[in-house]
Amino acid sequence: MSSVPNRPTESFEATRTGNAVLGKSAVVKGQILSREDLTIDGEVEGTIEMQEHRLTVGLSGKVRANVKAREVIVLGTLHGNVETGDRIDIRKEAKLVGDIRTARIVIEDGAYFKGNVDIVRAEVPKPAGAPPAASAPRPVPAPASPATSSPAMAAGAGEVKR
Amino acid sequence: METRNSSGLDQFCSVLVERPGLTLLDLAGANQSTMGFLTNLGHRVYSDDFLLQMDRCFGDGDFYENQADPQKMAQFLDAALDYPAQHFDGALVWDTLEFLSGPLLENVVGRLSNMLRPGSYMLALFHAEERAETIPTYSYRIQDRKTITLAPRGRRRPAQFFNNRSLERLFSDFESVKFFLTRDHLREVIVRR
Repeated sequence: MSSVPNRPTESFEATRTGNAVLGKSAVVKGQILSREDLTIDGEVEGTIEMQEHRLTVGLSGKVRANVKAREVIVLGTLHGNVETGDRIDIRKEAKLVGDIRTARIVIEDGAYFKGNVDIVRAEVPKPAGAPPAASAPRPVPAPASPATSSPAMAAGAGEVKR
Repeated sequence: METRNSSGLDQFCSVLVERPGLTLLDLAGANQSTMGFLTNLGHRVYSDDFLLQMDRCFGDGDFYENQADPQKMAQFLDAALDYPAQHFDGALVWDTLEFLSGPLLENVVGRLSNMLRPGSYMLALFHAEERAETIPTYSYRIQDRKTITLAPRGRRRPAQFFNNRSLERLFSDFESVKFFLTRDHLREVIVRR
């Protein structure tokens, strides 16, 4: 028996079980606060806060709201700013217009995104007795390697300075 | 998908590795590769698909005639380039400027100049094959600081072809213009605000 590939839509379906679901015909205007994972297949306008949980905007979902969640998966349309503690996943054919603050981002080919992405690195908890942060060495950016001419380049580069 | 080496990108990236925390504009359309590369260097990325915005505003009818319509032009500028002055520390406009004609091109370059902080860089690409009726368009993706991946997006008729002199004129508001001539008829241009 061959194994079934773990396609994004299939894994999405599998994870829906046990979630709260706003169905295709549901229209909500206002503030949503959720203490469980939520899937939106209908329309929502307002704000969504579920900082410990996952929000999924389904294929038919249309959300016009600022969102704060642990994780956000977008398959449909989302207009608004998104803040996640963990990650945002913008799937193929999804449309997202807004600014994103997140620790990790995944964008599939075919997704449309317009907005700013600000990656917020999660702070690693310090072990007890660790020296204060000020004394820790700061990460140094990799030095720029010297410019080399690429094989695709022809002989020259020209510059005009004003 | 093809890949190509890019000295223009290498030069653009030399600033990025020295100074984390910059705000960058990428007009190629959001993709994992560029997003990962730039955010891993510690930068903020503003992403939009400039060609798609053009098609939305001017695609219904004659693409270039529509660009001369003042109402459509204003609509496009508001949709695609409505950013505060000196908001960005760098811009990747790729080959999008080739598909803008006359006054719209001047307006777009003016806005880009206004949006960039002094001293910041912009990378643009221009086809140098003047006899071609249509040119290939791509979604440009950064693979590493010297390599671009080109995801094909069909062919388009460019508004005009540029030589070094017309590019100097186009970017006359910028502090400097640097050209990299390549063997594959693509002129890479780095302009410094």
